[in-house]
Amino acid sequence: MQIKSKVYNNTLYVLLCGELDEHSATHTRITLDNVFAGGDFNQIIIDLSELEFMDSTGIGVLIGRYKKMKDRQIPIYICNPSKQAEKIFKMTGLYDIMPKIV
Amino acid sequence: MQKNNYMEVTFPSLSVNEGFARVCVAAFCLQLNPSVDEINDIKTAVSEAVTNCVVHAYPKTSGGLINLKCETQGQMLIITVSDNGVGIKDIEKAREPFYTTKPSEERSGMGFAVMESFMDKVEVEKNDNKGTKVILYKRISRLQEQVKNA
Repeated sequence: MQIKSKVYNNTLYVLLCGELDEHSATHTRITLDNVFAGGDFNQIIIDLSELEFMDSTGIGVLIGRYKKMKDRQIPIYICNPSKQAEKIFKMTGLYDIMPKIV
Repeated sequence: MQKNNYMEVTFPSLSVNEGFARVCVAAFCLQLNPSVDEINDIKTAVSEAVTNCVVHAYPKTSGGLINLKCETQGQMLIITVSDNGVGIKDIEKAREPFYTTKPSEERSGMGFAVMESFMDKVEVEKNDNKGTKVILYKRISRLQEQVKNA
């Protein structure tokens, strides 16, 4: 898993590249927490267009980050999920807390 | 009529083997001419089953083995993921969405719900000796062949 990020117009853009499963979850958690810790932004957009695979482990990782950002009142948005990721997000109600944007 | 086929592979319960198991099953099921969506559905379900073994089956030991079997019966793909680990205390409860025995580890408890949603049928049994056996069924539509023959 490779994670790219940049801040533009008070928005932190995060691009997840690779596969998000149990094997890559710890690295993803730590990297996202580091990226989210710094910088000057008031919202986060997570772009999944380069995410080749995700299972329900990804839900745990995303909800964990949501909880941390909720304390700082920084909303997180999701864009470009795969068909399979979209199905998992809808099943779990993830879009209720991290809305999908186009 | 294509002959029924099977394969079996055993590997240590390591998270690095989740990706291996997904790709292994995807490669095997290509003979049924699945659509890209069907392959991705199968990969997701297999990943959930193997992750359950890695996370839950062997908590106190340095690891055990995971056995992965695939077979075709006509256009039906049958995948069995089994381990010799601690087993699931309450299988019915474990299959409920959002149920997890490890909430502190940021786990969603959606593994079995995802398997059920991406496959046609999911069976969870106690393994013959000990541990758990998960059997995943999916009928492959053979859409591509229909398009070719149209």
